[in-house]
Amino acid sequence: MTSKRLPSGGLIDRGTTVRFNFDGRSFTGHPGDTLASALLANGVRLVGRSFKYHRPRGIMTAGPEEPNALVELREGARREPNTKATEIELHDGLVSASQNRWPSLAFDLMSINGFAGPAISAGFYYKTFMWPKSFWEKLYEPLIRRAAGLGRAASQPDPDHYEAMHAHCDVLVVGSGAAGLAAARAAGEAGARVIICERDFVPGGGLLLSPADAAWRGDMVNALEAMPNVEILTRTNVFGYYDHNLLGAVERVSDHKAEPDQHEVRQRYRTFRAKQVVLATGASERLIAFPGNDRPGAMMAGAALTYLRRFGVVPGRNAVVFTNNDSAYETALALAEAGSGKVTLVDVRSQSALAAAMTARGIDVRLASEVAYFDGKTALVRRRGGAGGDKFVADLLCPSGGWNPNVQLASQSGAKPRWEATLASHVPGESVQAERSAGATKGIFGIGAAAYDGARAGREAAAAAGFAKAQDFALPERGPAEQPIAPFWEVKASGKSFVDLQHDVTAEDIRLAHREGFSHVEHAKRYTTHGMATDQGKLGSLVGSAILAEARGEPVEAVGVPTHRPYTMPVAFGALAGHASGAHFQPVRRTALNDWHLRNGAVMQPTGAWLRPFFYPKPGETGWEPIFREARAVRSSVGICDVSTLGKIDVQGPDAAAFLDRLYINTFSTLAVGKCRYGVMLREDGIVFDDGTTSRLAEDHFLVTTTTGNAAPVLEHMEFHAQTVWPELDVQFCSVTDQWAQVAVAGPKSRETLAAAVDGLDLSNEVFPFMGVGEGKIAGVPVRLFRISFSGELAYEIAVPSGHAETVWEAILAAGKPFGIVPYGLEAMSLMRVEKGHAAGPELNGQTTAADLGMGRMMKKSGDVIGRVLAGRPGLADPGRPRLVGIRPVDTNKRLRGGAHIVREPGSGTSMGWVSSVTQSIEHACWIGLAMVENGEALKNQRVFAVSPLHDESVEVTITSPHHVDPENLRVRA
Amino acid sequence: MPARPERMTDRYSAWRLLKESLSGNRGWKPAWRKPEPKASYDVIIVGGGGHGLATAHYLASVHGITNVAVVEKGPIGLGNGGRNTTIVRSNYGLPSNTRFYEHSLKLWEGLEQDLNYNVMMSQRGVLNLFHSDSQRDIAARRGNSMRIQGVDAELLDREAVRSVAPFIELDNPMFPIFGGLMQRRGGTARHDAVIWGFARAADRRGVDIIEHCEVTGIRREAGRVTGVETTRGFIGAKKVGVAVAGNTSRLATMAGLSLPVESHLLQAFVSEAIKPMIDGVVTFGAGHFYISQSDKGGLVFGGDLDGYNSYSQRGNLPVVEHLLGAAVSMIPALSRLRVLRQWAGIMDMTMDSSPFICKTPIDGLYFNGGWCYGGFKATPGSGWCFAHTIARNEPHAFNADLTIDRFRDGRMIDERGAGPNPWAQ
Ligand SMILES: Cc1cc2nc3c(=O)[nH]c(=O)nc-3n(C[C@H](O)[C@H](O)[C@H](O)COP(=O)(O)OP(=O)(O)OC[C@H]3O[C@@H](n4cnc5c(N)ncnc54)[C@H](O)[C@@H]3O)c2cc1C
Repeated sequence: MTSKRLPSGGLIDRGTTVRFNFDGRSFTGHPGDTLASALLANGVRLVGRSFKYHRPRGIMTAGPEEPNALVELREGARREPNTKATEIELHDGLVSASQNRWPSLAFDLMSINGFAGPAISAGFYYKTFMWPKSFWEKLYEPLIRRAAGLGRAASQPDPDHYEAMHAHCDVLVVGSGAAGLAAARAAGEAGARVIICERDFVPGGGLLLSPADAAWRGDMVNALEAMPNVEILTRTNVFGYYDHNLLGAVERVSDHKAEPDQHEVRQRYRTFRAKQVVLATGASERLIAFPGNDRPGAMMAGAALTYLRRFGVVPGRNAVVFTNNDSAYETALALAEAGSGKVTLVDVRSQSALAAAMTARGIDVRLASEVAYFDGKTALVRRRGGAGGDKFVADLLCPSGGWNPNVQLASQSGAKPRWEATLASHVPGESVQAERSAGATKGIFGIGAAAYDGARAGREAAAAAGFAKAQDFALPERGPAEQPIAPFWEVKASGKSFVDLQHDVTAEDIRLAHREGFSHVEHAKRYTTHGMATDQGKLGSLVGSAILAEARGEPVEAVGVPTHRPYTMPVAFGALAGHASGAHFQPVRRTALNDWHLRNGAVMQPTGAWLRPFFYPKPGETGWEPIFREARAVRSSVGICDVSTLGKIDVQGPDAAAFLDRLYINTFSTLAVGKCRYGVMLREDGIVFDDGTTSRLAEDHFLVTTTTGNAAPVLEHMEFHAQTVWPELDVQFCSVTDQWAQVAVAGPKSRETLAAAVDGLDLSNEVFPFMGVGEGKIAGVPVRLFRISFSGELAYEIAVPSGHAETVWEAILAAGKPFGIVPYGLEAMSLMRVEKGHAAGPELNGQTTAADLGMGRMMKKSGDVIGRVLAGRPGLADPGRPRLVGIRPVDTNKRLRGGAHIVREPGSGTSMGWVSSVTQSIEHACWIGLAMVENGEALKNQRVFAVSPLHDESVEVTITSPHHVDPENLRVRA
Repeated sequence: MPARPERMTDRYSAWRLLKESLSGNRGWKPAWRKPEPKASYDVIIVGGGGHGLATAHYLASVHGITNVAVVEKGPIGLGNGGRNTTIVRSNYGLPSNTRFYEHSLKLWEGLEQDLNYNVMMSQRGVLNLFHSDSQRDIAARRGNSMRIQGVDAELLDREAVRSVAPFIELDNPMFPIFGGLMQRRGGTARHDAVIWGFARAADRRGVDIIEHCEVTGIRREAGRVTGVETTRGFIGAKKVGVAVAGNTSRLATMAGLSLPVESHLLQAFVSEAIKPMIDGVVTFGAGHFYISQSDKGGLVFGGDLDGYNSYSQRGNLPVVEHLLGAAVSMIPALSRLRVLRQWAGIMDMTMDSSPFICKTPIDGLYFNGGWCYGGFKATPGSGWCFAHTIARNEPHAFNADLTIDRFRDGRMIDERGAGPNPWAQ
């Protein structure tokens, strides 16, 4: 046990003990711990294995940049693979396990990959696994796939819930370090509505590591909490910066508990539409490449300081701190103060004004030196570039290669990062959106300086959002200037020096990529997979670029880093999905009669967004029986069907008729008031878009019906044309689909049934003929009646204000009782429509013209219509195109299948068309179908084959008229 | 006569790999050279994506035309060739498409050997799920068409879907799974490797791949193309083939052509790497979502266009919310996994969602574009057909229908019937 808890200090609740479990062993920690800090406090050093070489790894960082310490968190349905131990808040009963090792973490057989090192260097797989050809599929790839991945996904559905929340604010501050708190305070004092998001579970960022500033932090947080116009969101990581100042974030509402409380969500997806944004996301320490920089015991200097100061944990006994900048000196001091063994400070710079103070504290300072080797127990320290050197006993090695401002969000907003030589890093470039960076994000380090900069940014942001009032508040002292950093990336010594720890990418891999021509930073990244792991290259991306730059003989800034894209931290699928998933993926639409259907035993099925009754089985009925019974009732007497899902659009205005004339291939301006007409609408390219009946209710008032599926697209089509193509037309329209329920009453006894139910309308053939429209009352409810038919029988449709649908439906049922009226569902309806040969969805499939469907003659002779011009193109006017026909099997025992193809002979490689709709027919007592067949008209009465190789079936069929019943259309006019 | 280019690396072989690994991998040479442009070429291909590089490879290897340059505005392969979700399949129903994509799939099946480069073509199957009887009929029509043309397809019922993809929720109340259409020869390939493999193979035959060279104009004289203006000066050419995917409209404008193409955004995503979970490619018929798992373990997925025209290569949140909702609805176990990265590419959407590989009204100028979101699988076939069309000045039977004239003539190849509405395709 080389790491351990200090007797005092840190922001943990030492009075409370929580139990947790890692790899089957149980440990204790305190509230305020992360899993990483608690493991360290218990002396656990080995926590994971790397991706490719399966090298043993320890905890490297104290934040989202962690490449090594990934665990499977929780168990069963709540298992979360690849969870960074540094980001897990400890809670009582927490269960975690190491991953990507077999059979165990300490003894991992896959680590033999490490010995094959040079043979499996970057990109090796592109050059091999090709011989012999068949081995890739059979042997190599299965092996690669088995070795892939880190943790395991849960295999059961997630029991937790998520939700989405959308907010507007004047100033969004991202990050609650010195800069963020000051920015939020300044903007809040100015009167702006401020939201401040902090990834961590306590606000403060770097302030949490500075005991001297604890009081100021407390005051600031208290002040902000007291301001009604400021909201502080902790555990909330902003993951992306999108167009028009929209930012996305995830709030981890209950991840810090074993499971969410009742009705509590696990995470909350949030978006913020901000007038102004202040990015105060701090900076991340970067790695130095040297042999063994991945060994358990290697820990970033800043992380070591975090464990000491925030968690009261000494991460090792004998430490070597390896730096090129001043920040790590504080780590060395803190380690020395913590009173553990020997502390050595290795600085690549040849001078340091701080050296004397270190020596005075007993720290062994080695200037102009570097660490040439680390194996977890010893470190080799030598003069820069020299040979030999001194071996130190060291179980902790803390590199600090300098600090990279966290420019990810700024870059995502469109601001191209700019190279800042004095920091040897990128800082945010010129703003493209209403955004400004502050503090370390901008390269302004030190608590005092960052706070000043934050206050400035907050004031400016508030002013830009229209809040100019300024109010001073106390800020911490600004510290002395730091000594310049000496850019330093890699120790050239033999051994594996990693630039990407999780993916096992070494400095040598980067050079190999360059040697092979993958010299552009994006190519090198893809070739080596550098920066593509779950830590997103936060530690080593720039180091890789610097090594590439050296190989190319160019400055780092000429090489750059790969583009920053969402997400700044990986985001749970469930969070982004929010509540709109599973049964709530999209709103379910139910008709006004839904409850009646359920009470009466309907089998409901989804069709698009709607739930519709498919049929109403009687006890004992199976298979097609209820469908046949319902359809027979309609053909022989009367049935009633809920057709409310049809789209209904109310069109009004002096130009309503002209508007419809331009949308439909037929004419509506000539339609008499009180009549309806079937219409067909084309897309701009001449293909049929939709069909339906339109009624003229008054000179300037029409009611359009659309197919169920196209209700929204047709409305959109109308709006597009009304607004952009014909703005001169005086026409208004809106959807009334939900306002009106609609009921079909069909069958030879439908007139008698309705006559008994309807008041105020004479239904006789003379007064109310086929395609008539009228108004009346049923059970006292005013209704609209349309004499139209989909089934091919004498039929009516009745439109009822939705709230009264059931009353009217029941009244019709009562009136039809003497005739044995039955409710019928979608299946019987489609059986009858195929018998009747009406084109529907499968035929109106976006590939057919009006002529293909036998409706070519509906096109009016003159006048402009959407789709007319393009419908005249030779390819669409070609008479050889597939035409709508009927088919019937020659052997009436054979079944037909939708999706079969029509061929001359079985085995033919040329299709003449396809079968669009099939049903068992009650009139013909066999399967019948509709098909689209080339030259179909000419092939009437000929025999061809409907083949379905997918089913290994081939059925000889006769081509017929599509109208399998009543081709003369007499019944509807009866 | 310029000096013949220095031959590149030896062939990759087990022996060579061993030798290099014993000598610190120091002997590997660049996979392709970085030459200066010559004054003129027999053929210039604009666009160093998969299609442009494949065209150069087949011009050299099939037609013996090696005085060829591929000019690319950035580094090669960072357009859609390096941004796609790597799905390869030929499960198209309309013969004009089936013919072409099946030829492409056959080329994929021997690509490693042809290129001496492992592009990791992995035929683990592409499964298109359907959620209703009518969707099944549509899938059956497509599958039967494939089978009639000699392409593999199978119709799976619910139980068969369960056994090949046990992670799928079969009983979503609004989108129950009725079954799926499976093409077992479909799968995925490693997109970057395809780019690099074609680049290396073309380079080995003497093709100049000229990166960081943006075409800014297409020079014509008397109805004939004479070369291209670039950011590195004018380069003469007897023939110019354009294969720039998302930038097709821009290049067409340079040649005074207006094409029925709109540029739209398509986003894609990858999750953190997990142990094997999803074997093949699965696409959903509801909610626009498809997913596969890479050899490294990341789940790669995508869905719909963003719905507005753009060249921004970014993408916005509404599509993300919808897509992730679909993902979790279809595969509930995804919920606690994490999305690592998101990106977007510019889609060259045509008015029937099919591509074109064809001559233009300008002599010596050829266009290859309109790939919508399906051009990765076309890469070898597209290069092969484009090379044929350029070399012979006439299309091969495989791409004879893939013209721009078809829009004038009303011979659209509209697989899904979505029509001239890219946002709905
Ligand atoms: C998110 C996403 C997912 C996709 N998923 C799939 C999938 O699963 N399966 C599938 O089959 N397809 C998929 N695609 C489509 C596929 O990626 C493309 O259709 C295909 O890669 C196009 O190849 P290309 O070589 O023509 O284009 P690109 O790879 O885009 O190459 C075009 C090149 O032209 C260059 N260029 C542009 N203008 C100029 C100029 N003026 N001068 C010089 N050079 C220029 C560009 O820089 C670019 O390198 C997807 C696309 C995206 C964006």
